[in-house]
Amino acid sequence: MTDTTIFGLYAAAAVGFGLYGLITNPQPLRKIVAFNLMGSGVFLLLGVVGRRGAAAGFGNDPVPQALVITGIVVAFSATALAVALLLRLFQTAGSATLRDDAPASASINQSGD
Amino acid sequence: MTVATILEMVLGAVVLGLGAWTIAARETFAATVGYVAYGLLVPLIWVRLDAVDVALTEAAIGGGLGGVLLLGAAARLRASEPAAAAETPGKIVRLGAAGASVMVAAALSAAVLLLPDPAPTLAPAAIANASATGLANPVTNVLMAFRAMDTMLEKVVLLLAIVGVWSLASDQAWGGRPGPRHQADPHGVFAFLARLLPPVGIVVGIYMFWTGADHPGGAFQGGSMLAAMWLLVIMAGLTDTPPASGRWLRLVLIAGPGVFLAVGLGGVCFGLAFLAYPPTNAKPLILGIEVAMVLTIAVTLGLLVAGAPERSPQR
Repeated sequence: MTDTTIFGLYAAAAVGFGLYGLITNPQPLRKIVAFNLMGSGVFLLLGVVGRRGAAAGFGNDPVPQALVITGIVVAFSATALAVALLLRLFQTAGSATLRDDAPASASINQSGD
Repeated sequence: MTVATILEMVLGAVVLGLGAWTIAARETFAATVGYVAYGLLVPLIWVRLDAVDVALTEAAIGGGLGGVLLLGAAARLRASEPAAAAETPGKIVRLGAAGASVMVAAALSAAVLLLPDPAPTLAPAAIANASATGLANPVTNVLMAFRAMDTMLEKVVLLLAIVGVWSLASDQAWGGRPGPRHQADPHGVFAFLARLLPPVGIVVGIYMFWTGADHPGGAFQGGSMLAAMWLLVIMAGLTDTPPASGRWLRLVLIAGPGVFLAVGLGGVCFGLAFLAYPPTNAKPLILGIEVAMVLTIAVTLGLLVAGAPERSPQR
């Protein structure tokens, strides 16, 4: 088993951890973090595929590398948008729950609307 | 088994342990701190995978800026923590989730173990066509020339993200300054560092961008470095975020995708294809796009971390 394969197995485990956290953690921010962990695992899998494609003097295939760089930036943009949505939800509703039947909180902040 | 292999296994185990900690930690803030540490160690794996360009991006954006974003959100959401903790799903849901996660991880592991040998690669094609652009860094070649469409659309994604974040402003703060006004002791260590580091960081950021033509680096890495320096100055209270309604700010935000699109359409006008560069001028054109891009990336990333406008432009 090569070093690259070991990293690939670690990446697969990271995706698994992320999926578990995404389902079981009730806090929305924890779900965002878990989703990022999943994404990081997927990027690492691409890195492993690129590492196996080392050729022509490159240690890692440049095409998957470029895809991952683009992916990291897009993942960050999506995370920032999700966090902004969550903060706005907390600001207007006074709680940050994803439940449909969330009780109306007494500390509703009306100044925002 | 060599020392390097053992080192890699330990590194991977530490990173994976941190990943597990972000899921298992009881408090959201602790989990976020774990994720920041994870984001700062994953680049070491990328270096071991010989992908230094990705390592730089992951460290700057995934670990650095992403960490600031998540830590700030975790601090502001602390009041919602007790209520959310009561919503932890029951044992059946958790068992089901664990089963599904194990199956997904096992399927991915099997895919890793069964990858074809010899592995398919586009590296020879990238090196064979490198002379067309005059850039020596193959990753920059792929990003800016061979798969330029991806990169241009990604700039549009950044723009859409900032439009989305800004549209979450309340009526009073519409077009106002993003985020809270930060205060710090003007004679404290933080303010001192915010004066000391930016000159160095700005030079490093511009160097990372400039050297990206031939060595690991590029517009993303340099841009996120510049964004980090800007945020440092803002968080130390030495300057404020610009109002979202500013005309110059908006021009900078669309400069990257705008120049990219203009050059791409220019390729159509001169009888080539969309986003095709004339071979004689490929390098100056790519560098021109990258200069506009690095500005746009720095400002967009900084504003994405700063969040939605919260104060009216006058204040």
